[in-house]
Amino acid sequence: MIYLTLFVRFFLTGLMAVGGGLATLPFLQEIGHDTGWFTSMDLANMIAVSESTPGPMGVNMATYVGYHVGSEHYGVLGGILGGTVATLSLVLPSLIVILIVVRVLDAFKESRLVQAIFRGLRPASMAMITAAGLSVAKVTLVNPSAAGIGEFFCVPQILCFAVLFFAMKKWKLHPIAYICIAAAVGVVLAL
Amino acid sequence: MEQPKNKPAQCAELFATFARIGAFTFGGGYAMLPMLKRECVESKHWIDEDELLDVFAIGQCTPGVIAVNTATFVGYRVGGTLGAVAATLGVVFPSLVIIMLLAAALSFVMGYAAVQHALNGVRVCVCVLVANAVLGLAKKSLVDKFAIALYVVVLALALFTGISSAVLVVAAGAVGVLTLFVPALNHAKGDEQDPKEGK
Repeated sequence: MIYLTLFVRFFLTGLMAVGGGLATLPFLQEIGHDTGWFTSMDLANMIAVSESTPGPMGVNMATYVGYHVGSEHYGVLGGILGGTVATLSLVLPSLIVILIVVRVLDAFKESRLVQAIFRGLRPASMAMITAAGLSVAKVTLVNPSAAGIGEFFCVPQILCFAVLFFAMKKWKLHPIAYICIAAAVGVVLAL
Repeated sequence: MEQPKNKPAQCAELFATFARIGAFTFGGGYAMLPMLKRECVESKHWIDEDELLDVFAIGQCTPGVIAVNTATFVGYRVGGTLGAVAATLGVVFPSLVIIMLLAAALSFVMGYAAVQHALNGVRVCVCVLVANAVLGLAKKSLVDKFAIALYVVVLALALFTGISSAVLVVAAGAVGVLTLFVPALNHAKGDEQDPKEGK
């Protein structure tokens, strides 16, 4: 039953992903890896869509993954159900945790224990995002199945990466602008 | 805070307000702050500005999506548990509609070569965005040797072992707690004992 799996996996993601934004990424990647529902490449496409549409990134990703999985199995209606289940499962832990925290708010804010836990969580969360990012980079910038070293690196992609990286440092445009530019470059260069 | 009106009307207002916030912020997290301020502090007077920063701080140090946590929190302040549910559903509602429409549309055009090329370009951009996000986070959270050591250990475990992310998160939290009891960890290089669970 894919919807039960979606519920369990996204509930766990909502409960464990700390730090917002891309913090759900390692968990989503794990879901794809364990179930075979989507690849790292699919996930990269989903990140692009989630970054270029309104709404919190983590929620957008959950909706997209849920829709993708549901529609692969049961068509559009199945996708709508999947997107809804994934999204609601993602936010359910927030709801529960926040409703508990507001009751003990002052104790929570002052708690050395909570601060200590977060001292451990922040670097770990970052490390996990780094690892997930690297695997997205792997399917985009290199060709792991290539025979020789010449084909291993996808040179045009790596050049684009470098150009975009420095462009983003220099001009602080909105991410959507860069996503659109990259899409145009992709079409023109037939990446 | 507002005088309690009748409950359904209040929940409807929370839902609508947070749906608007969800629909007009890209990226969530910090991008949401100005919009939250305008809606919840200046226009509705649900909370004051100090409280908002408080709420935002709590939203960051509780698990889950920051924007959702913040919505839940404000919703609770205004309308209790029902208010929290209304605000939470409100903030995710636009994502549900927009993403599903887009995902459906995208799956219809996926077969075209031009779309594939565009997505290949977009994925490169995504790598850059993720790289920048990680670098930005690094400045904020890799502040001492302990954090750096933990980062390296968890990165290695995530890359080279099959240990699940959930286990890594719990283990990292436990290591954080250890710093309370092992003062040396606060300054020393930090050879912390990360539990090396098998798969």
